[in-house]
Amino acid sequence: MSETPLLEIRDLSKTFGSVQALTDVDFEVRRGEVMALVGDNGAGKSTLIKCVAGIHGYDSGEISFDGEAVSIHGPKDAAKLGIEVVYQDLALCDNLDVVQNMYLGREVRDFLFRLNEPVMEQHTAETLESLAVTTIRSIRQPVASLSGGQRQSVAVAKAVQWNSRLVILDEPTAALGVAQTRQVLELVKRLAEQGLSVVLISHNLHDIFEVATRITVLRLGRDVGVYERDKTTEQEIVHAITAGVPTKIAGIAETAPEIVA
Amino acid sequence: MSTEADVVAPGIGLPEGDETEQQTLWQRAVGNVKSGNLGVLPVVIGEVLIVTYFSFTATNFFTAGNFVNVILQMAGVTMIAFGVVFVLLIAEIDLSIGYLSGIAALTAATLQLPDGRNYPGWLCILLALGVVAIIGAAQGTVVAKVGVPSFVVTLAGLLIWQGVILRELQVRGVIQIEEDWINKTATYYFSATVSWIIAALVTGLYALVALSGLFGQQRAGLKVRPLPALAKLVGVAVAAFGVVAICTHATKPAACPEGTPLAEVCTQPLGLPLAAVLMLVFLVGLTFLAKRTTFGRHVYAVGGNAEAARRAGINVARVRILVFMISGIMAGVGGLILAARLQSVNLNVGGGTLLLDSISAAVIGGVSLFGGRGEVRGALFGSLIIATIANGLNIGGYKTGTIYIVTGAILLGAVTLDTVARRLQERSGR
Repeated sequence: MSETPLLEIRDLSKTFGSVQALTDVDFEVRRGEVMALVGDNGAGKSTLIKCVAGIHGYDSGEISFDGEAVSIHGPKDAAKLGIEVVYQDLALCDNLDVVQNMYLGREVRDFLFRLNEPVMEQHTAETLESLAVTTIRSIRQPVASLSGGQRQSVAVAKAVQWNSRLVILDEPTAALGVAQTRQVLELVKRLAEQGLSVVLISHNLHDIFEVATRITVLRLGRDVGVYERDKTTEQEIVHAITAGVPTKIAGIAETAPEIVA
Repeated sequence: MSTEADVVAPGIGLPEGDETEQQTLWQRAVGNVKSGNLGVLPVVIGEVLIVTYFSFTATNFFTAGNFVNVILQMAGVTMIAFGVVFVLLIAEIDLSIGYLSGIAALTAATLQLPDGRNYPGWLCILLALGVVAIIGAAQGTVVAKVGVPSFVVTLAGLLIWQGVILRELQVRGVIQIEEDWINKTATYYFSATVSWIIAALVTGLYALVALSGLFGQQRAGLKVRPLPALAKLVGVAVAAFGVVAICTHATKPAACPEGTPLAEVCTQPLGLPLAAVLMLVFLVGLTFLAKRTTFGRHVYAVGGNAEAARRAGINVARVRILVFMISGIMAGVGGLILAARLQSVNLNVGGGTLLLDSISAAVIGGVSLFGGRGEVRGALFGSLIIATIANGLNIGGYKTGTIYIVTGAILLGAVTLDTVARRLQERSGR
């Protein structure tokens, strides 16, 4: 592929006080690909995507989107670029109903600046239907009364109903049963077929090998490497996650001692 | 802001079937109660019980005149409690509202003094509300931007504004309010004819709004449910005309015209108090703000999950500051009405049980202390309960201590009900 990647991150670093969360991370996502992001707990996966989504600021590094350098200072900046995130903790308001959550922060208003509930309700119903989310009895019930799988479906639907170009899914299947996991993975494939780029964070290598085109491994806040799904094995990925592979940092052996942050 | 909901991933084998099966009104009501969504039901039942009890035990309780009395007694607290609803919705607390209401009353009373600035009444009201709006916004800024807990900020506010009132009034003691604009908020009654027109207007406007809502549903291709809307309309009509019917039957003692026999007691009909209309105006306006505007939606979102609201791009700090500003303004409105009832401001202004009554009113009205759940109208219902109890016990000859004990017990009951309802809701949602 010669074209520029959709999202390209160079040398991103981020500290929380004295903790170095990310160190010179490179990360790229091409158009229409499913890029898996893996790593052990605390490897910096969530921090990285929160930087992309504008939740955290970052200390240094460059982010370019669609070939142009961009600065992301808040969730609105990311949304404007077409970056949508489905968070691990879902970021839904339990007290609001499905429709209200789907449109949170981007409510549709009529000519008198009133909330246009009928339009939002209708579009929500259409979106959920198109994603084959049919188990929700009423889209006017509070999210608190939904099951884990239903909540995940709402969160995914919320992310893709906008003209998004990059959808980031943080552990989308962690809390789901077999059938619902299947449904979400199908959904991920479909998103990629539609030309959307997907970043999939997961601990489940089986899931990843099923849908991802490439895999980026993070370890202790550094990127260990990028692997093509077709040219790698689960063993190699597991090794990269746990032991790390020297890529660009000289002096750290394959079985390097723990890097002191 | 995109208004299109582009469907990105169409069709993953759509199963056929109607997922919104027809539910009768009764089934929905039962479902709501089972899942802990009680709404105003407990409050309405409670009010009926209280009224029934006092009607049998206290003479002169169940009269038209006393009904008007209760309206006037509850007006001030209701206004303050409207503001409390917003604060509780974002899961914060505002303890300064009692004395903020006092500050508003003091400001207006000082500005209207004939031997002082002698400003016109409307200007006094606006300036007084401006002062408390600024104070509310300032307190909100400390909460939202600096991160000091609202309990502490507003507790400090409570002390500070009480201190300001004491200092300002220590020489004068009492300021009489002789300004008509201010006093009429609590002393003006509409004539019978105007009262009936108001009831008709309220019903008519509600019908229009309900109808346009139904048309909106139809335009969007949603299932139109006219029956609940009709039931609500009937309820509004009964309430509006009922209140006016009682108020126009109420009378007050008056000077007798010449030639009346001495033994006769002369009375003059009252009408719908302006205070009732003011409560209604603020009820409708603030309900609209909470339910039909993006700001209101964001208030509920911040109370439900502030982090989710932030990630959705909502300016959480701005919402919080505005909510504390609303709280200040509504405290001011309530304070002006309370002062108008006394037609004066004295050293006790804003003190006593005002703060706790206002917060209790919102909580009894079903507004959750945990944030995110509750309605503006809850403040009205809660305040009605508190005023009815105080009024009934007063007429029944009970002491102030008893009133506190009963109000406290009902507050505890209401919060317990809220907590149980919350647990039920969690259970039904797993």
